[in-house]
Formats: sequence, structure tokens, C-alpha cells
Amino acid sequence: MDIFLQQLVNGLVLGSIYALVALGYTMVYGILELINFAHGEVTMIGAMVALTVIGALLGAAPDLPGVLVVLAGILVAIPACMALAFTIEKIAYRPLRKAPRLAPLITAIGVSIILQNLAMLIWGRQYVSFPAILPTRKYEFLGANISLLQIAIVVLALAVMAGLWLLVEKTRLGRAMRATAQSREVAELMGVNVDRVISATFIIGAAIAAIAGVMVSAYYGLAHYYMGFMLGLKAFSAAVLGGIGNIAGAMLGGLLLGVIEALGAGYIGDLTGGFLGSHYQDVFAFFVLIGVLVFRPSGLLGERVATRA
Amino acid sequence: MNLVLESLHRRPRLVAILLAVLLAALPFLMGFGLGNAWLRVLDFVLLYVLLAIGLNIVVGYAGLLDLGYIAFYALGAYLYAWLASPHFGLHLPFWAVLPIGAAFAGLFGVLLGAPTLRLRGDYLAIVTLGFGEIIRIFMNNLNAPFNLTNGPQGMNLIDPVSVAGFSFGRPLHVFGLTLPPTYFHYYLFLAFTLLAIFVAWRLQDSRIGRAWGAIREDEVAAAAMGINTRNLKLLAFAMGATFGGLAGGLFAAFQGFISPESFTLWESILVLCMIVLGGMGNIPGVVLGAVLLTMIPEALRYLGDLQRATLGQVVVDPADLRMLLFGVALVAMMLFRPAGLLPSRQRRREFAAEEGLAEQVQANLYDTRN
Amino acid sequence: MNFGKFAISALSLALAFSLSGCGKTESTGDTVIKIGSVAPLTGPQTHIGKDNENGARLAVDEINARGLELGGRKVTLELFGEDDQAEPKTATIVAQKLVDAGVVAVIGHLNSGTTIPASKIYHDAGIPQISPSATAVAYTAQGYHTAWRVMANDAQQGRALGQFATGKMGAKRIAIIDDRTAYGQGLANEFEKAATAAGGEIVAHEFTNDRATDFTAILTSIKGKTPDLVFFGGMDPQGGPMARQLKRLGLTARLLGGDGLQNANFVKLAGVDAEGVVASSPGLPIDSMPGGPDFRKRYEAKYGAIQLYAPYAYDAVNVLVAAMTRADSADPAKVLAALPKTDLQGVSGPIKFDAKGDTTGGAITLYEVKDGAWRVLETVK
Repeated sequence: MDIFLQQLVNGLVLGSIYALVALGYTMVYGILELINFAHGEVTMIGAMVALTVIGALLGAAPDLPGVLVVLAGILVAIPACMALAFTIEKIAYRPLRKAPRLAPLITAIGVSIILQNLAMLIWGRQYVSFPAILPTRKYEFLGANISLLQIAIVVLALAVMAGLWLLVEKTRLGRAMRATAQSREVAELMGVNVDRVISATFIIGAAIAAIAGVMVSAYYGLAHYYMGFMLGLKAFSAAVLGGIGNIAGAMLGGLLLGVIEALGAGYIGDLTGGFLGSHYQDVFAFFVLIGVLVFRPSGLLGERVATRA
Repeated sequence: MNLVLESLHRRPRLVAILLAVLLAALPFLMGFGLGNAWLRVLDFVLLYVLLAIGLNIVVGYAGLLDLGYIAFYALGAYLYAWLASPHFGLHLPFWAVLPIGAAFAGLFGVLLGAPTLRLRGDYLAIVTLGFGEIIRIFMNNLNAPFNLTNGPQGMNLIDPVSVAGFSFGRPLHVFGLTLPPTYFHYYLFLAFTLLAIFVAWRLQDSRIGRAWGAIREDEVAAAAMGINTRNLKLLAFAMGATFGGLAGGLFAAFQGFISPESFTLWESILVLCMIVLGGMGNIPGVVLGAVLLTMIPEALRYLGDLQRATLGQVVVDPADLRMLLFGVALVAMMLFRPAGLLPSRQRRREFAAEEGLAEQVQANLYDTRN
Repeated sequence: MNFGKFAISALSLALAFSLSGCGKTESTGDTVIKIGSVAPLTGPQTHIGKDNENGARLAVDEINARGLELGGRKVTLELFGEDDQAEPKTATIVAQKLVDAGVVAVIGHLNSGTTIPASKIYHDAGIPQISPSATAVAYTAQGYHTAWRVMANDAQQGRALGQFATGKMGAKRIAIIDDRTAYGQGLANEFEKAATAAGGEIVAHEFTNDRATDFTAILTSIKGKTPDLVFFGGMDPQGGPMARQLKRLGLTARLLGGDGLQNANFVKLAGVDAEGVVASSPGLPIDSMPGGPDFRKRYEAKYGAIQLYAPYAYDAVNVLVAAMTRADSADPAKVLAALPKTDLQGVSGPIKFDAKGDTTGGAITLYEVKDGAWRVLETVK
């Protein structure tokens, strides 16, 4: 039981990070039907920028409390990522609004390669370690170990999701975003400045990605210019699992994927009598994903898209 | 230039002969002009053309976005290794192994295609991506409990292709010249590539090809017209997979060593980039895309030599810039020609029509405001 | 028409490249000898790849500064660094490119998965290949007289680690994690064999991959099996976070690893949780070798901290040049004939070859992290 609980905790922490990154994919997809492949890289840039700030601050004032330093890192990373996402959208996606559907996918892949290699030039080829400045307190709960950082990650992730939900449901901008997602043309006719809404979507997604990037590097203690690729892929899968284009779906999909991975890696060996081990962790996750999609072809919470896609 | 092209256009036979001569002489031009490394690149170009032609059937013709295509390449390669290497002690001849491998991959194309029939667009993409990863993970791990693939260590000493006792695996010495194995592989790959192009070209305007086009444009309408969408989608998966498996077998025989590292998701993405960039659905476009995306990263290697020649020293390490420039090239080419470098005629028309439609909407907008 | 334009630009591009190839004649009077160095310089493993190239470059620069004479003529070495992206296909293209460029030998590649397919090309061209870091047994087992390495292979190192775990560390219940790369899996397999033979019980064998950062799931499952030692076959980017998560989950088992962990980066990534981690490295401790500390100083002055295999790449170049000197020629065939007689005091240890091209009687040194740095525990033969 204590092991099961621990696995659940492991999965939830991982899942809330996936969920945050998945939000960025799903918001952009909801409005543009574009898989923004470069989103994982934006997350990576967020982590790298924050680490640079943290390193500089620690160098200048080593006595500052760790939480403040990390907070400062996040506060610089967020606008940096926002500016980056704004630029990417303007240069690589906007000119292709009317192009065939797959064209922006290719530029997205191109942008992703560019960002990776720029990051390699700026921050070097080494893995950058995250300084141990955050409190490392641990709590025992029914035999499971839970650290303060883990609690902070889950709470912060939930807070961000709640904030996003409020933004989308209760503000003018949110209404404009929903209208644009429904139909770009009609929204435009209703006086919505669609270009600005799309920019805003990218920017909000990037801000969340920056937070997620800092979380990942603080939690695992490292950052690397290549870290965005796998993270982005997992988050994208999570968004699809939940029903891409659906914000609640991205949250659910992210948390579920995290838990599925943890339980899969933890129990697949016992379940198959040792025939399949934890090396089939991803296989297990993909099978769940495929299974869900075969029975619910538009994800868990996805609306039934009209058959004419 | 225009004049020359036009006069060539009126003499298709002459063009064909010129092209044939060029293709036949190309390895010698490359090998002696630029070195054998470029000849090896050329061999890989042909393999990627083969892959791109195959994927184009799935994505370009039938409109099924497949992000796990490289799995079939892997299956073909592993089947070749199983039947023609010391791993199981089997050494079947290549003319037997290649068709078996292609059929094996084709069968998997149907098996993996079947559960995805209800899925559309990006959902299909993520499921095929999943299948691609699943196959790779199995290849990487099936060294236990039974050693099927030798796991991450890969399978080595795979038999080279040999025809009538002549092995493609060793260099040939004739007339004082040494021809490395890359020459024979070029002609072998070229033969298969031309075959694939021929098949794809004949399919394009056949009943099947038109049915695929109908499914791609509107699946519901296609079904209503009496097209058996299930069978035709499966056929597209199978055809694409068959070409992938064929390319995989050739790759295994060429390299002599395969390991799961060669069959990553990145390879699937790369092949997809080739067809989108070149011009989806259009065979010359697809070929051009494969040629460009295989050659550009290799050409960028010479940035170091270029700097040495012009500046006298290497200022920027080419390794730092190579992939960066590759990314820039991808974005720039796509922005420059959104429908692909050589779009199919139909796609070009659609693109133009969409633009026209947009203008019409705009026009109507102003009408109502009047 | 557009295609025509395109064809012209493509042609001129090709021409420019071939011209730039021709314009490469050296102006100095010395004979230039080209040596290739191949490692991944883009992609996730670049930090180790660049380290290999730097190690080789340092050796080449030093030899040039000292001056080298072969067959009565002064020669200069030139190192051609290439990027194989850790990809087997690219590895063969790069290998061919180096052969075309007329290199007399190649230092590389980094991974076994690229070293093996490339070895066929070097073999066909008849030029020696000395890998500083490929450890798969299969590499030298192909029967190629051109394939050499200056590092202990998986079997040698895995055996030493397995015996040390069950012997000195007194482990009875052992859990194994491998990263499913050719390196990690090979090492973990050999470790498992040796540990079982020495009476250890393998209570769990879990797996991860070389991109992963989250190991909590497999570590939790391992925790349930109560091992007293966890062996990890893999590299520092995974080992660092793994050490942290091991402690965070409250496991008391000690972490043991191979040369992939035995580097400064691991200590940095694992932070305080690196304390007590044990890892091995082929050869003798650099700082105990004649010229070792000095090598470290020279390297760090030029390229920063040693990542991993730079000393081996450095030694590989020296092994090669020593063979050239013995042959008094840079002719690959003569160098190959001289290589078996190698007997060199490298910075990574004494280097001698057996008939296959593996190092013989190579010592393996075990280290432990104490006070934030690797300290030598002992050297086993």
C-alpha cells in the first residue's frame, strides 16, 4: 500500500508538469489546429533563462533566501518566453495561416531545431545543474515520502490551471479566445481582433511553459538544451489523451499520463510475471493512449468534432 | 533558360534519355568529382527517396498523417538481419529476403492500420507515433527472455547483397580502378527507387489513386459515393509500409549493422518533412524534398572547409552551426513556398482557390457594409 | 522555370564545395598528416563528444609543438573533427568522408552503435581506428585488424564492478538499473553475471532510457524489494537525478556505477546526494599517473573541466603517434603493423593491446564521492 501511494505521488508530480506544458499545446491547437512542435523548446528556454538569473543572483548575493532567488528566476523567465513565443508566431506561423495544413507543422519543427541549437550555443553542451537552494524537507505520509518541493509543484500547477480557467471563462480576452476557437471568421466579423487573440494565446501558453520549465529543472536538478523534446512529446500526448483543444482535457490528460507512467513502470513487471519490465513503460503508456483513442476517437474530454475535419 | 526548357518539354524522349544517362553516370561524377563520401550520401538519398515515396502514398495520396512510418523501415531491416546474418545462422539470398521483408512490413502496415481507421488528423498522428515508438522499444528490448533482436547492441555482420557470386560488400578492382561497394549499391537502390516511382506514378491516376484522393478530400462523401474507405485506407497503409520495409532491407544489407538507434522518431519526422517540403502528393516534389533534406546537412559539413578556403582558418565550428542552419533552411523554404517546392497541380489549384475564397469573403464583407 | 533556377543554384553550390575542397593545399613546407576524430557534436550527447575531440586536439597540438619527424622529414599533424550525431547512418557517411579526405587514422567514435558500422569502412580502407570510449565487446570481435580501443570493454569493467560489489561492498541483495543503450545494457549485463557468480542475489532489474529524468517509479518499486545496493549502467545525466531521487524516496541502498558516472558532472548534478556513491573507471587514477595532474591542468586551462573520456582520446592519439614513430612512417599499413607492439604510459594508465585490439591487463580503479569530490578507493586488476 505504501508503495502504491508513493507511486501515485510520483505520478501526480510528474503529471502536473506534463499538464502545464500540455496546456500550451492544447490552447494553440484549439485556436489554430496547429501542433506547435516548438512549445517543448520554449519550456527549455524558460528553464535555461531562469537558471542563468539564479546563477547570477547567487553570485551577487549568496545570502538571499533560495525561494526568493527561484522566484526571481521565474519572473524573468516568463517575459522572456512570452517574447520568444510572440516572435515565433509572428515569423514562422502567421505567414502560413492560409497555407496547407502541414506547412506550419514543418516550420514548427524547424523552429524547434533552431531553438535547440541556439540554446546549445548560448548555454553550452553541458548539463546545467540546478543549485540546491530550495528547502528539502520531507514528510512521511502513510509510508510514502513526500517532499516540500513536490507539494509546491502540485499546488502551483493547480493554481496556474485555476488562473487559466478564470481567464478563459471570465474575461473579455477569454471570451475572444473561445470565439476564435469556434470560428475564426465569425469572431472576426464580431469585431474580435483575431491576430491579437492568437498572439495572446501563444504568449499565455509560453508563460505557463516558463513556469513548467523552472519546475522541471528544480525538481530534477538539471537543465539541458535537449530537455524540451521529450517533455514536449509527452505533454503533447497528454493533450491528445485528454482531447486536444480542450483545456480541462489537457489538465486531466497530463495528470493521467503521469500516473499511468508511474504505475506502469512500477507494476508492469509484476503484472506480466516478469515477462515485460519497466523498459516497456512507454509502450504501456502508448497502449493506454491508443486504447482510449480507439474507443473515444477525440480523447477523453474532446468534443465530437464534426466528421468533416 | 525558358527556351531550353520549353524545347525540352516538347521532346520527352530526349529528356528521358538525358536523364537516364545522367543517372547512370552520376556515381562516377560524384565519386571522382566530390569523393566517395558523397557517393555514400547519394546512396542514402536513394533510400530516403524510397521512404518518401512510400510515405507519400499514405500521407500525400490518402491523406493519413503518419508519424510512425520509420517502424516499417525498422521491420524490413530487422527481418533482413534475421534471415541473413549469423544471428540465427540463416543466410538466405537477398532476392528471397527483400520480398519477404517488404511483405512482412506490409502485413504490419495492415495490423497497425486497422485500429486507427476511425481516427482522423492529429489523433491519427499521435497513434501512429505511438506505434512507431512501440516497435522501436520492442526492438531495443527483445534480447531477453529470448534473444530476438540483440537489444541495444544491435545486429552485426549482416550479409551484403550478392549477385551470382559477386558480393556487393567488397570493393571491386577493375582496370586499375577501385570501385567501393557504394557504386553497386547505387545502381541497386536506383533500380528499386525507379520501380517504386513507377508504381506510385501508375497508382496516382488509377481507380485506387482517385479513390484515395476522394478519401483525402472528404471521407464521408467518399463513403457515400460507394468507396470502401476501410479497405482503401488499409491498402494505403500496406503499400506505404511495403516500400518502407523494402528500404529497410536495403539499408540493413548496405550497412551490415543495424541497431534501434537508426529508427528513432526523428527519422519519421524527417521523412515527413521531406514530402511536405517537396510538395505532398507530387512525385517530383517528394523526390526533390528527399534529395534536399538528405544533402543539406551533409553539405553544411563543408562550412569548415569553406572557411578555411576563404578566411584561412575555421572561425565558427561547423558542428555548432550545421543543425541551426538546417532549421533555418526548413523554416525559410516553407515560408517561401508554403505548398511545397514543387506542389502537385491539384494542390496548387486548391491553394489558389482558397486564397480566392478568402478574397471573396473579404469582398462580401465590404458589400454588406455598403 | 523555377526548377531550372533551382538546378543552377544547386549546381553552383556543388561547384563551390568542390572548389573549396581543391583549394585546400597547404602552404607550409611540412608534410601534413591528417587524423580524423569523430564524436557526436550535435544532439543530446554533445558534451561528451566535444570532450573526446578536445582530448584528441590537445594531444595533436602538443605533438606539433614538440615537433615530429617521420622518415627523416618534419611532419605536422592536422586533426579533422567530425560530427556523427550518435547516429549509425551518419557515422558511416562521416567515416567515408574522412577516408576520402585522406586521413591516415581515426580516433573514434564515441558510442559503440556508431563505432561498429564505421569500423567496416575503415577496415575496407585499411586505416587504423582507435576508439577512446566504445566499450561493446562486439567492436573488436569482428576480426578487423584495423579496430583498436584504449578503454577496457564492458566485460572487463563489469566483471571488476560485480566482484567489488559483492566483495568489498558486501552487497547481498542487488538491484540493477540499465539505460537500454548499448553501453548501459552491456555493462549491466556483465555486472549481473559477475555479481551472481560471486554469490550476490539480483532482487530487481529495472530499466530506463538515456533521455529520462524521472526514476521515482522504478526506484519506488526497487525500494519494495529492499536491496542493499543499486547498480546503474548508464551516464551522469541520468545518474545525477537518480542519486537525488534515491535519497528523496528514503532508500538506504548505495548507488554503484561505471565510468559513465565517474566524472565531475555527476557530482554537480547529484549535489549532496552524491556522497557515498561508488563508481569505476578503467585505467589508473589520472592524478597518480606520471604526467597525469599536469595533463589535467593543461586540459582545463584550454577547454574547462574534463567531462569524461578526454584522457582516453588524448592517449589514443599518443598511441597512434608512438606507432607512427616506431614505423617511422605515417603509412596506415605500416602503422597497423606497429600498433600491436604498443606499450605506452598514458594518462589513463599503461596501454598494451591483445591480439583482438583490446587493452590487456587493464586495471580498473574504483572511486567514491567524499566531500563533493571523487576519491580513489582502490585499483583492481
